[in-house]
Amino acid sequence: MPSTAEAGRKRLAVFKFASCDGCQLTLLDCEDELLALADTIEIAHFTEATRVSLPGPYDVALVEGSITTAEDAERIKQVRADSRFLVVLGACATAGGIQALRDFGDVREFAEAVYARPDYISTLEHSSPIAEHVPVDFELRGCPIDRGQLLEVITAYLAGRKPRIPDRSVCFECKARGTVCVTVAEGTPCLGPVTHAGCGAICPAFGRGCYGCFGPSRDTNTEAMIRLLRTQGHSPEQIARVFRTFNATSPAFLAASRAAAADPETRS
Amino acid sequence: MTHKHERTLRVGSLARVEGEGAMHVRFDRAGRVERARLEIYEPPRFFEAFLRGRDYAEAPDITARVCGICPVAYQISACLAMEEACGVTVGGQLAELRRLLYCGEWIESHALHIHLLHAPDFLGYADGIAMARDHRAAVERGLEIKKIGNALMALVGGRAIHPVNVRVGGFHRVPTRAELRRFAPELRRALELALEAVIWVAGFDFPEAEIGHRLAAVVQGDRYPIDGGSQIVTDAGSGFGIEQFEDHVIERQVPHSTALYAELADGGTYLTGPLARYSLHSAKLSRHAAAAARAAGLGDQCRNPFQSIIVRAVEIVYAIEEALRIIEEYEPPERPWVPVAPRAGRGHGVTEAPRGLLYHRYDIDGDGTIRQARIVPPTAQNQAAIEAELSELVQRRQELADAELTALCEQAIRNFDPCISCSAHFLDLHLERP
Repeated sequence: MPSTAEAGRKRLAVFKFASCDGCQLTLLDCEDELLALADTIEIAHFTEATRVSLPGPYDVALVEGSITTAEDAERIKQVRADSRFLVVLGACATAGGIQALRDFGDVREFAEAVYARPDYISTLEHSSPIAEHVPVDFELRGCPIDRGQLLEVITAYLAGRKPRIPDRSVCFECKARGTVCVTVAEGTPCLGPVTHAGCGAICPAFGRGCYGCFGPSRDTNTEAMIRLLRTQGHSPEQIARVFRTFNATSPAFLAASRAAAADPETRS
Repeated sequence: MTHKHERTLRVGSLARVEGEGAMHVRFDRAGRVERARLEIYEPPRFFEAFLRGRDYAEAPDITARVCGICPVAYQISACLAMEEACGVTVGGQLAELRRLLYCGEWIESHALHIHLLHAPDFLGYADGIAMARDHRAAVERGLEIKKIGNALMALVGGRAIHPVNVRVGGFHRVPTRAELRRFAPELRRALELALEAVIWVAGFDFPEAEIGHRLAAVVQGDRYPIDGGSQIVTDAGSGFGIEQFEDHVIERQVPHSTALYAELADGGTYLTGPLARYSLHSAKLSRHAAAAARAAGLGDQCRNPFQSIIVRAVEIVYAIEEALRIIEEYEPPERPWVPVAPRAGRGHGVTEAPRGLLYHRYDIDGDGTIRQARIVPPTAQNQAAIEAELSELVQRRQELADAELTALCEQAIRNFDPCISCSAHFLDLHLERP
């Protein structure tokens, strides 16, 4: 990564907010493509990988993590201002992530539960996705994101076209993979029908139901999903929980968990 | 650097570490190091708080999200703790498969740290990609090792980051013998590459340094510790059962800082991770790993933190040999998991994450609801020792110009492969006093 901008090269930057680092690690997990990619673009900012940090403007900024502090809510505005295309990566950046479970509790009580001196903690009551703070050009789903999809998104924006990322459900990927439906065959609870594709339907291939780590798909019928889970014998609390993991505050899953928890029929 | 007595070294944003942190070293008027701090500004994510009320079976998938670099460490520690709470021991081939998955994580994490994060310090580059312009073969070799580690994790765990196949009691699905055997040639290739990598890093120049702190690691029978163990030992010869962890490891808050520091109740600051594992357990290394360590000039112990890069390379060799052994001896178990019925109780789980000891403890109800969770990640345990090492290093090398000394400090921090994302025990820091 050169210390000065090189003419003609597109500039890529990677930024982190509240997260586990797994989505930006996905870029370093592109072992076969990483050096070739670095030959054709300029990596201008990527703290996990380099000491070099060049100021904007950037052609593409990849952002991982959710907004949980007042400072980060300001910092993301600067990232947006510096970037032609802003692509956000993963469940934290697109839906608030696992740390959005604070939204169902009291963050001050959470701080007291974890830290001896909660008064030192500076944090927001909610963990919010990037799009709540600045306009976002593309949201790539997953906890974590898929490596192939990341490469497609980077390639697309560097080439100035839209990424080809299907927003259908995991069920389509199971069919494409030839996996027998775990719900039909074994009665295993599976969020595949309401979950965004992209992982390649890994869980059913390993004999477990999808646990929704890519968040809701485009046309999501969570009502039918809740009814199915109910007939499989799950309690309202259990049904609410399956929607309250890594994408708990994405609108469709939030509505579903509330409906499941509040539904008097579910409780009967 | 103009006025030595007013000298402050700062790195606003530490690069090539996992997570977000900074470094701050301050001298007093006499030119002594007043304070060296590894500052953590990773926002807290409150895992231990929102785990309360969740089901015991959810802990492996939820806690994996503490860290994208070492999710398997979190998954296995959580499983062990839940199984202990429920009075179940997972042994035999299921335990071997866990170790196999964990070997993949060691290979991946260590290969990443050596080649993309740490080696550039020794050879004078800003990053692994710049280093690849002059050392392309070495970087490509490292990436190939890393890729094979990731492939092993995907084979056993479904994917490399946040594997989906781990569950309390074992796995959702176990591989066939043929699936594992087919992977052996990849591992044999990785073994060759890893042995070359040991020789490569052993040729670097290592500043003189010696760890002045206790070293602590898990004991896993006669094996080099990875995926579990019931005892923790230190190089002072003391030891304790993992169920006594919270009696022996105390977390302290210092008045001028907001970070939590873990200390041994009887021995002050301590260090976990590759140096500790190697110094306490080098006799348990496999054939090629032991030979590689000797060829690299390591003795029975390694106390120079700069040489941790050699120990990591040796541990890659070990993890590959272990993976090959497990695959060779593998007989698919009858069931992918053993039933773990919930019961009210407390359970502990300790494993060796690539960067050090990871402790989980849960209290659960009779129906499996989590009442309390406690997670102590490796970097929380190492932080005080890292700062002390920094202090000592700066004191000793203060004749260096700021830029040089700052670079050396960054390198010294990366010696410990800190993973700042494991923010469960780090606080937001408010910096600088008048």
